Amino acid sequence: MITLAKALNAGLRKAMENDSKVVLMGEDIGRLGGVFRITDGLQKDFGEDRVVDTPLAESGIVGSAVGLALRGYRPVVEIQFDGFVYPAYDQIVNQVAKMHFRTGGKLSMPMVIRIPFAGGIGAVEHHSESPEAQFAHTPGLKVVACSNPVDAYWMIQQAIAEPDPVIFLEPKRLYHSDKAELDPGVPPVPLFSSRVVRPGEDLTVLAYGPTVKTALTAAAAAEREGTSLEVIDLRTLSPLDLAPVFASVRRTGRAVVVHEAHVSFGVGAEVAARITEECFHSLEAPVLRVGGFDTPYPPARAEEHFLPDLDRLLDAVDRSVAW
Amino acid sequence: MTEFVQLLTPEGERVEHPDYDYRGGPDQIRSLYRDMVLVRRFDTEATALQRHGELGIWAPLVGQEAAQVGAGRALRAQDHVFPTYREHGVAWCRGVDPLQLLSLFRGIDYGSWDPVETGFQLYTLVIGAQTLHAVGYAMGVQRDGAVGTGDHGRDTAVVAHFGDGATSQGDVNEAFVFAASYQAPVVFFCQNNQYAISEPLERQSRIPLYRRAEGFGFPGVQVDGNDVLATQAVMQTALDRARDGGGPTLVEAYTYRMGAHTTTDDPTRYRLSDEVEHWKLKDPLARVEAYLRRNGFASDDYFAELTAEADALGERIRAGVKRLAEPTAHQLFDRVYAEISDELAAQRDGYDAYLATFEGAAS
Repeated sequence: MITLAKALNAGLRKAMENDSKVVLMGEDIGRLGGVFRITDGLQKDFGEDRVVDTPLAESGIVGSAVGLALRGYRPVVEIQFDGFVYPAYDQIVNQVAKMHFRTGGKLSMPMVIRIPFAGGIGAVEHHSESPEAQFAHTPGLKVVACSNPVDAYWMIQQAIAEPDPVIFLEPKRLYHSDKAELDPGVPPVPLFSSRVVRPGEDLTVLAYGPTVKTALTAAAAAEREGTSLEVIDLRTLSPLDLAPVFASVRRTGRAVVVHEAHVSFGVGAEVAARITEECFHSLEAPVLRVGGFDTPYPPARAEEHFLPDLDRLLDAVDRSVAW
Repeated sequence: MTEFVQLLTPEGERVEHPDYDYRGGPDQIRSLYRDMVLVRRFDTEATALQRHGELGIWAPLVGQEAAQVGAGRALRAQDHVFPTYREHGVAWCRGVDPLQLLSLFRGIDYGSWDPVETGFQLYTLVIGAQTLHAVGYAMGVQRDGAVGTGDHGRDTAVVAHFGDGATSQGDVNEAFVFAASYQAPVVFFCQNNQYAISEPLERQSRIPLYRRAEGFGFPGVQVDGNDVLATQAVMQTALDRARDGGGPTLVEAYTYRMGAHTTTDDPTRYRLSDEVEHWKLKDPLARVEAYLRRNGFASDDYFAELTAEADALGERIRAGVKRLAEPTAHQLFDRVYAEISDELAAQRDGYDAYLATFEGAAS
């Protein structure tokens, strides 16, 4: 049994063993092993040239990673906390995302930017954000979110093997909580695919990252009330893999999207629009969204109001079913 | 400004400097002059082409030929350059076809030359962003063991180009920190052309820019950027230092943007013609011509042939720019990712179908 944090560590180790061009960069990731210990022990085993403790400057980290990638390396950047990605936003959006396009396809940008994201850990300001829509809105980036240790182990390796830049979102509050059995002999599902994680009949719940667990808990609770929820872990936000979602919604006729990010202009809005375009005649109710309010992330003692929990998700399920 | 390194005065007199020397002979100096003349001609043609509506915009380099040719000619084949959007003279030295630069300013692409083959990355328009790329690339050079081996064909330096305005950017300062921290084989080449569009140097810095280097822990040198001999000599030293594993250097090439920031700019709104006239006396080409003529290193025939060569270049550019192939809609979709996503393929196909609805559309 392995935690999500340990699974990421094992996946990073495997990627570094498989490809000598993989270089990890970030603040405190070497000697300390990262503030969440995701890179624990890697500098000791791979050396300071491959696990690089950087100066404290996010744009500097991503910008120099661009240069390393141009020289033929595969940088894996750790952004310490979600809210600290913004100093690197220009490099990510203007440089990383566009390099392949602007060079007419001559150069690629095989870079992974790991971001511990979302809240629920009682943290201070800027440590609990969900910036995924900003990156999913940016052509040239790919955006994925893992929700469990097995996916974490495989998805980080798959992301590192990608020729395109990948924003890799890690649900930080699950790092050290739930464990899972990891059998490296079982082949992984493709990186850019969504997955039905619990089959159901009455309504489709779409989640990713930390809210997959919320959705599964809600599905168990709803079952006791006699409502059967199908839960799909989107896993990839850019590109979206919605074929399984459309198939599910055509069957259930109802969908609720749940994420921690602010609801307006979020991933849920995009998914709802696509479902409406593709499954209009199958829908029994409008696609509903449950998520963070359109407020800044609140202080820790108020985050329970902000975060979409089991009850708010079930409330949306009830509204959809009663439509 | 008497601090800078100068080896050739505006009057065309060779002068000594205790630390730097230009070792090339008349052949090399004629060759540098030729590059500067052709680059200036190309630049003048480009400005004219913009006025004729053939280019969307142009960023003239006139006045900065010595800084760019001096820096460009100090490079070795394996070195790697990260330019701004005004590095036409360096591009020339790296073998980038001028028509490929025009293609960018015509709005056809974002740069079609091969950055690997030329060792010259694409132009960067976000001010200073490329300095970090240069440092990261130099970190890669270190990891490849291409520093300090003593092998002239292997040891590699990286040049980060930027201007005086960029020194205020966070990225440039972060690049200084990273380069110093890892002792990366990079040379920061700042062309101080006195203006960030309209804002004079004093708005960016209270001290000469090269002196900033000391605070970051590496050497800074100021060179007369209108002196091609001094610029090449100073750059050669800085590049050798980088290749040998000595770490970064900041070179401030003190120069002047004789033209506008771009063809949309109006410099008469922020600087006096007196100032421009004053800098004309320091013209980077005139001093080399004076030197060559006075010492009998170049005949009238040489100058006549060079003018004919420049005329031919101008002709080729004027004709070539109109023959550049237009971009296609499919290029939009096909170059976003290594492999097109289903979503983008659907958008592309949808657009194809939309175009096909027009009367007379090709099937």
